[in-house]
Amino acid sequence: MSTMKEALTSPILQNNPIALQILGICSALAVTSSLKVTLVMCISVILVTGCSSFAVSLIRNQIPSSIRIIVQMVIIASLVIVVDQLLKAYAFAISKQLSVFVGLIITNCIVMGRAEGFAMKNPPLASFVDGIGNGLGYSVVLISIAVVRELFGSGKLFGFEVLPLITDGGWYVPNGLLLLPPSAFFLIGIFIWVLRSVKTDQVEKEEFKITKNTRSVKEAF
Amino acid sequence: MANNDSIQRTLLVAVTLCIVCALFVSSAAVMLKPAQVINKALDRKANILAAAGLLVPGESIEEQFKQVTTKIVDLNTGKFSDEIALKGFEQAKVAKDSATSIALGEEDMAKIRRRENYAMVYLIEKNGQYDKVILPVRGYGLWSTLYGFVALESDFNTVAGLGFYEHGETPGLGGEVDNPKWKAMWPGKEIYDDGDVAIELVKGNVDSSTPNAENKVDALSGATLTSRGVSNLLRFWMGELGYKSFLSNLRSGEA
Repeated sequence: MSTMKEALTSPILQNNPIALQILGICSALAVTSSLKVTLVMCISVILVTGCSSFAVSLIRNQIPSSIRIIVQMVIIASLVIVVDQLLKAYAFAISKQLSVFVGLIITNCIVMGRAEGFAMKNPPLASFVDGIGNGLGYSVVLISIAVVRELFGSGKLFGFEVLPLITDGGWYVPNGLLLLPPSAFFLIGIFIWVLRSVKTDQVEKEEFKITKNTRSVKEAF
Repeated sequence: MANNDSIQRTLLVAVTLCIVCALFVSSAAVMLKPAQVINKALDRKANILAAAGLLVPGESIEEQFKQVTTKIVDLNTGKFSDEIALKGFEQAKVAKDSATSIALGEEDMAKIRRRENYAMVYLIEKNGQYDKVILPVRGYGLWSTLYGFVALESDFNTVAGLGFYEHGETPGLGGEVDNPKWKAMWPGKEIYDDGDVAIELVKGNVDSSTPNAENKVDALSGATLTSRGVSNLLRFWMGELGYKSFLSNLRSGEA
């Protein structure tokens, strides 16, 4: 049972898919300018990673290895289309804002990565929990970025005014850069920096070290 | 496990998986269709109200839409028509049917290929007079056909607002047709100058020193082709083949 719990919680900070494995950055840049949209995106990704890992794991012993990636893609794509249809039916305004990015969950490396890396070798329930956990890890990063971006970019949270803007007679001058995708790069960078300063075991080992000079410059020439 | 990789086995798994997934996806699509259709219709109504600048957020759209009168216009005569039933009228279908539309040749600047003979227009009445008229327009931008509404004031010349409810332009560039700041530049602009369609999108800021500033709107930066598309679709729909005769009939009270 402890492994289940670990599968669920370790991807949140210990083994975060965005911060440690640097996966799924694309959508993290695109949808984090408002918190509401981000939350819907996170829920969608959690559902898709959970269910696709479960489904892949369920048939893992039947999948011929030559077409296993395509099989995983078909399962993921089907789930994403269903999620997209659900959003169009029940959250139309948000689905319009998310536009192509729901569809792009298909290409989110986290979903593929968990299907190939975990679900192909583990039983369905464990895979499901692992998928949910990784979705949560993705969500933690996205939500923290979205909070910063929406709060300082437009002075709001969930669309409610927190910092009164100077254009509406308040005192806060919004930082327009935060509403543009590149700002998410900086924020993800800072997030990883903070995380690795706290958990120093996440710092990657240097691949090689430059050895000290053995000869003086004069000798070398 | 080894026989998993045989050709028969591979084909079997692939075909079964495809059938199962296809069933799953299509049944979800069919079951959710009614809810989506309602959403689309509501969204369209919200866009009609928004184009006229009448949309109050947070209030029921159906309730707000009650102030709007919907009528069918015969684009050839420029008069209201009751030849076609209002209920179940679908402009897209009418535009496809060769009996109720005309093929466009050289005059097709909006690149829509066929123009329907009947259009559904929306009117807002105040004190027994038409206060605003909202006209559906469409035309090709860079990647996609832009579908939208143009709302005109009671002189049937001054723009009250404009908005697109469906398009596939590049987000951040051509997609900026949805930008509220850009849309806010439209109200007050005039469509016609001496009876000719004069409205157009131009490069650079438009201020009071610009000649004919009332007919010009700042184009979208980084989206020349989308801007040109918007100019063209306005020129087409406000021109002879579009609503021009209807609007002049409205002005003289003969519609």
